[in-house]
Amino acid sequence: MNPLIPLFVVIPLAGAFLIMILGRFIKDFNKYFASLVLLLLAVFSIYCLATTGNNASLYKVGGWEPVNLIPIGIYMVMDGFTVLVLCIINVVGFLSVFYSISYIKRFTAENLFYALFCLMIGGMNGVVLSGDLFNIFVFLEISVISSYALVAFGVEKNELEASFKYQVLGGLASFLILFAIALIYWKTKTLNIADISKVLKTGSDRSFYLFVELLILCGFGLKAAIIPFHAWLPDAHSSAPSPISAMLSGVLIKAVGIYVIIRLFFNMFAVSENMSVLITTLGTLSMVIGVFLAIGQWDIKRLLAYHSISQMGYVVLSVGIGMIIISRGGRPDIAALAVAGGIFHLINHAAFKGLLFLNAGSIEYTIGTRDLKEMGGLAKSMPVTSATSFIASLSISGIPPFNGFFSKLIIIIAAIMGKFYLLALLAVIVSIITLASFMKFQRYAFYNKTGNNRKEIKEVPFPMMFSMILMSLLCFVLSLLAFPGIRDVILMPAIDILTDPVKYSSFIIGN
Amino acid sequence: MIVYLLCFLLFLVGLYGVITRRNLVKIAISMSVMEFSTFLFFALIGYIDGGVAPIVDPADPVKTYVDPLPQALVLTAIVIGLATTAMMMAVIIRLYRKYGTFDIREIKSLRG
Repeated sequence: MNPLIPLFVVIPLAGAFLIMILGRFIKDFNKYFASLVLLLLAVFSIYCLATTGNNASLYKVGGWEPVNLIPIGIYMVMDGFTVLVLCIINVVGFLSVFYSISYIKRFTAENLFYALFCLMIGGMNGVVLSGDLFNIFVFLEISVISSYALVAFGVEKNELEASFKYQVLGGLASFLILFAIALIYWKTKTLNIADISKVLKTGSDRSFYLFVELLILCGFGLKAAIIPFHAWLPDAHSSAPSPISAMLSGVLIKAVGIYVIIRLFFNMFAVSENMSVLITTLGTLSMVIGVFLAIGQWDIKRLLAYHSISQMGYVVLSVGIGMIIISRGGRPDIAALAVAGGIFHLINHAAFKGLLFLNAGSIEYTIGTRDLKEMGGLAKSMPVTSATSFIASLSISGIPPFNGFFSKLIIIIAAIMGKFYLLALLAVIVSIITLASFMKFQRYAFYNKTGNNRKEIKEVPFPMMFSMILMSLLCFVLSLLAFPGIRDVILMPAIDILTDPVKYSSFIIGN
Repeated sequence: MIVYLLCFLLFLVGLYGVITRRNLVKIAISMSVMEFSTFLFFALIGYIDGGVAPIVDPADPVKTYVDPLPQALVLTAIVIGLATTAMMMAVIIRLYRKYGTFDIREIKSLRG
């Protein structure tokens, strides 16, 4: 029993409650308290990352012990993969909320903003920590309902329309997920992920479970905005306030979408060849189509949102390659390399896409527009924003020595070693098109001189600068994860627990 | 078997409504219909023919009980569904104030 685990859910929920109550009476309580809560969670998650390693820890809610090795209570599990995603959620969450201190001043109802922000963090922490399917659903709903409200936070025409679209598609995804959970419970009579995987190994009814796998892929694919399900993402991510866009694009689609897909398909279902081919195909489609949709955009936040789809395609593609190799009984080291590339890119994407959305927010904060055609010449008046967005742009397009380069390199090497030459070629081409698209962003926003006289523009206030500088440092530091000594400590425990078919379930319910 | 088919039919009715209706409130109602067909299915899988409510009676230990877990799960899901519906209605009311109409064909400023 690790007593730290429930704190990841309890602290943000209690924070949201206290902000709503005390924030009414005490001036400026909300912003500093929310930052404090998130800072505490970020420190906890880094501490857990440092101590977990190859072990995994378990928390049984209510202290319900298993009966005849069958788990009956609610389990919360923390293993190598969980702590990585927890770190992303809480560190990016802290930087976004610190950034909001200045940014959110122009909105009314700051209390509601910070309370919803804490609720969203609590929901996402719950999703990644939960050890059973139904709690994944409950926490997922907590985080997405607060994100519906946060997308509509500006309550103008665009925000409301985007939020409505997001709610209809998100609601559909929730029904599909609930339906899949019902079907799984019908057949296996259990909801614990480890227990389900044990039951699935003994009896096999392939056609039934194929249907369930498709439902799960559609449901969580809608939450993760993989390409045929992506229609809501550009609207929702571009309409939300910028710190929320950074959270949605940098964290939410990973924590409630990609994380759950990876966890369930590796640790719950037996990896099958037809599903893994389907997942790889969807990933390739997202990667290619997302970047082509991004090219023609002139609204910065829409451009960044389409790039999110494309970069998530890289993650899904790489994990899918790993699944194909495992299902065909290929070399396990190549499979591990492919999965490692995917997870590494997932971490990196949180850093650089979060930073890019914060940059977009700074530009919008100072000049009040998101249209690239109306900007220009900001490099002189906003040196910090310009420099950090330059770093993030290089990082997302895969230029060394930034983190994006290393993860894309690992993905391409894994694709070549697994003899998927076409996919490797596509990954390189998409990376080049991404570079072109971000050259356009840099040129129009920061260097191109427009006729307007922009003497009065000032750099953004300190909290916004602080978050952006720290994020750009992360873009440097995360590239260290590619080097053997550090990779073995941080990245490999996650890969081990995913690629080993019995390690996860044997840890939770014993042999 | 027939109850499962009816349940699926209810889901299709909701899906038809979401796809074809032009009125925001009717879309929200169709979403609720879909939602409740899923809940109904969840409750049905816990039903055992001839079972009674799962209150253990020591005097009569051989009774058949229905599975109580899906009922508890559906209650949780209904509460979540309430929150989703309330959120959607709040957004619809705000949209009506901005546009003066519920017609989805006139609410389309986001493109591409």
